[in-house]
Amino acid sequence: MLEIFTTLADTMIFSWLGLAPESALGRALHFFVEDTTKIFFLLVSIIFIMGLFRTLLSPERVRGYIGGKSLGAGYLLAVILGAITPFCSCSSVPLFIGFLEGGIPVGVTMAFLITSPLVNEVAVVILGSIMGWKMATVYVVTGMSVGILGGVLIDRFRLERWVEEYVWTIRMGAVARGDVDMSLPGRIRYAWGEVRSIVGRIWLYVIGGIGVGSALHGYVPQEIFVQYASADNPFAVPAAVLMGLPLYSNATGIIPVAEALLAKGVPVGTVIAFMMSVVGISVPEFIMLRKVLKPQMLIFFGIFMAIAFTIVGYLLNVIFV
Amino acid sequence: MKTFKVLGTGCRNCLTTAQLIESRAGKLGVAVRIEKITDMAAILGHGVMSTPGVVLDGQVVHVGSVPAVAQVEQWLRQ
Repeated sequence: MLEIFTTLADTMIFSWLGLAPESALGRALHFFVEDTTKIFFLLVSIIFIMGLFRTLLSPERVRGYIGGKSLGAGYLLAVILGAITPFCSCSSVPLFIGFLEGGIPVGVTMAFLITSPLVNEVAVVILGSIMGWKMATVYVVTGMSVGILGGVLIDRFRLERWVEEYVWTIRMGAVARGDVDMSLPGRIRYAWGEVRSIVGRIWLYVIGGIGVGSALHGYVPQEIFVQYASADNPFAVPAAVLMGLPLYSNATGIIPVAEALLAKGVPVGTVIAFMMSVVGISVPEFIMLRKVLKPQMLIFFGIFMAIAFTIVGYLLNVIFV
Repeated sequence: MKTFKVLGTGCRNCLTTAQLIESRAGKLGVAVRIEKITDMAAILGHGVMSTPGVVLDGQVVHVGSVPAVAQVEQWLRQ
């Protein structure tokens, strides 16, 4: 079904514009048109469908699902729900406090917060349809593992002492959900609102990502990547992670870049480590979380992620030769 | 006089929500007072975890998104 976007790009670039498929400009523009149409089509469809089921996935509901579970079940649920629950990063602070107030351990809460930007249902479907379901599965499993590991470490080292004190004194009122219009027209209206709000927030990242991907695809010779980013170079993975740290993009926006890197022969582990590093750690998120976490916790958080992504990269490069 | 509180940490959606209520109230000629609540304890005290939240005369009427225009007008006409 998604071949229609390839056909569309073929027609536009090769027939109408008359560019040769081997030319740099032809390849770059083809990549741009195909990915833009395909990704935005998927983005809108998936957010809309998820929006119809919103009441099941509100943070208030999630708190109820995780609360009172055994630690093991709590972690697993936290990362799964973190992956499929859409919430604006500006809600991460009230969400964090709300979870703790509901008796959910700091480790489980952090597992949720780590996984949430790293893995999301929209990005996973787009990843699967562009780079194959094997790649999507590997990404999901490693992303969730990093989330669980981070949470477990925070729990083991009793890092709840690095949560700001005032957080523990906040008492939450009875959970309020407002008047929710559960009729079909109401759900459709809400789902459409979600599409507008989320696409409005991330479209620039997505276009930027496609632009970078197109440029790599059309203009950067494969030899450069073979020379510097092959699995034989032991520094390629940590370099990819370090390069990704200061960069920030939404999970969907980084996919076209990853697609182009893979096509240039960069190993899977290196690409996934880079993707996670770009998506998982962001300055705005850290500034937000600083309201509830002490600087020591943020430093731990950042270092943990960098090390975890590097290990993920090496591991996957060994597994998928 | 209706009193609205917009609960949120100051993100764009929260500002949009406050502006939406203000502009609709102006259009319908309803007198309103809009308070922006950014204090975390107060937000959670209302039982709200996903922002923006809207409180009308002490009652939480909406959470988690910018409300629909029709919804806002319905509050104003109540």
